[in-house]
Amino acid sequence: MKRRISIALGCLSLVFALAAGGARASHWQDVPEKDHTRGNPMAKNCKAAVGGAAIYKDHCAHCHGADAKGDGKRAPSLKTESIRSATDGDLEWFLRQGDLRRGMPSWSSLPQAQRWQLVAYLRTLQQ
Amino acid sequence: MYRVLFSRASRLIALIPLLLVSTLPYFAHAQDKPYFVTYSQDMEEPGNLEIETKTALAQPNGGNRYGALATELEYGVKAWWTTELYLDGQTTANESTIPTGFRWENRFRILMQEHLINPVLYVEFENISGADKTMLEVVGHDGESDLATTNAEGREEHEHEGELKLILSSNVHDWNISENFIAEKNLGHDPWEFGYAVAASRPLATIYRDCTFCVQKLTAGVEAYGGLGDVWALTMRDTSHYIAPVIGWDLPGRSRLTFSPGFGLTDTSLDRVYRVGFAVEIPGFGRQLQEGIR
Repeated sequence: MKRRISIALGCLSLVFALAAGGARASHWQDVPEKDHTRGNPMAKNCKAAVGGAAIYKDHCAHCHGADAKGDGKRAPSLKTESIRSATDGDLEWFLRQGDLRRGMPSWSSLPQAQRWQLVAYLRTLQQ
Repeated sequence: MYRVLFSRASRLIALIPLLLVSTLPYFAHAQDKPYFVTYSQDMEEPGNLEIETKTALAQPNGGNRYGALATELEYGVKAWWTTELYLDGQTTANESTIPTGFRWENRFRILMQEHLINPVLYVEFENISGADKTMLEVVGHDGESDLATTNAEGREEHEHEGELKLILSSNVHDWNISENFIAEKNLGHDPWEFGYAVAASRPLATIYRDCTFCVQKLTAGVEAYGGLGDVWALTMRDTSHYIAPVIGWDLPGRSRLTFSPGFGLTDTSLDRVYRVGFAVEIPGFGRQLQEGIR
C-alpha cells in the first residue's frame, strides 16, 4: 500500500515538474521572433555585468535573493536550465513584459541599456 | 535672537538633504517618474511601501502665501494593483496650519502584457475640506480664487468626492509619455468635473553607474495639467492650466528628490506654483510585516 502511495506521489510530482517546466518554456515561446534573435549590445562591455549586479541588488534581490536562488515559493531561482537556454533577447523581452499575474513587475520603466546590463549580469550567474 | 534662530534653522534645513543622502544607503534605488500630477503606468512593486511627501508652495492673488503638504503611503498589493493613502494638510501665512483630509486611491493595470500604450484605471475616494491646497489634480473650473479662500472659511466646506482616471502611458526609447483623463464627482449635489494631465520624461543618461552626483541619477521632463469644465459648462472658459518642467534625482537607496516650478497659463491660474517631493521606498515591507505579526 505504501509503495503504491509513493508511486502515485512520484507520478504526481513528475506531472507537476513537467507542467512547471512547460510553463517556464512557454515564457520563451511567447517571445516575438525579432526579440528572440536580438543580441545583447552590451555583451562585450566588461562593465555591463557590474552595473547589472547593482541593478539586480536594487530591484531584484529582495524577491529572488542575493544569491538569485529564489525564495522557494513565489520568486523562482534564476539559476535554472530555462534561463540558461533563453537567448539574451528572450531575457530582455521578459524583463520588459514582466509576469504581472505571478507577481513579476514589468521593468519597461528601466532604460533599455539597463535591462541589457541586467541580462549581462544574469549570464554571469549561470557560470 | 530671531536672526540666530533663523540662521540655525537654515543650517539645519541645508543639512537635511545631506543627512538623507548619508543615512539611506541601505535602501535601494527608485525608478519612478518625477511627475507631481500625472500618473504613469508605473506600479509599486508587490510588497513594497513607498512613503512620499509632495509639497506645493504658492501665493494666490489676494490671498496669503501657503505651503500644502500631501503625505502619500503607496503599497504594491499585486504587480497589477497599487493602493495609496494620502494625508493632506497645509499652512497659510498669517492664518493657521490645519489638516485638510485624506484620499484613498487604487490603481489597476488593465492589460497584463506590455503594449505601446498601457491603460491603467484609477479609482479614488476623497474626504477633504475646502481648505485643501495640495493641487494633486486640477478639474472643472478650479481656479486661483479657490486657493485664496481663508482657512476659516475653507475648513467649513466638506467635500466627499469620487474620482476616476484613465491613465494611458507608454515607455518608448527610454521616454515615458503619459496622459491622464480625469472625471471627478462630488458625492453631494455637484456635477461631474473633468480635467487632464499629460507628461513626458526621460533619464538624462541611460547606462547604470554607481554614483550619486552624476547625470545617470537625473530624470527630466515636463508636465501640463488643467481643468476641462463640468457637465453644466463643458467649456475651457474660466479653467486653470499649468505647464511645469520637472526634475527628479535618484538618491542613494530607494529615495528620490523631485522639484517642479509650475507656471499658470490662464487668468484663473496661479502665476506660479513650486513643488518639492521626497520619496523613500521600503522593499519587502509586506513580507517584513507578516513576519513581524507571526
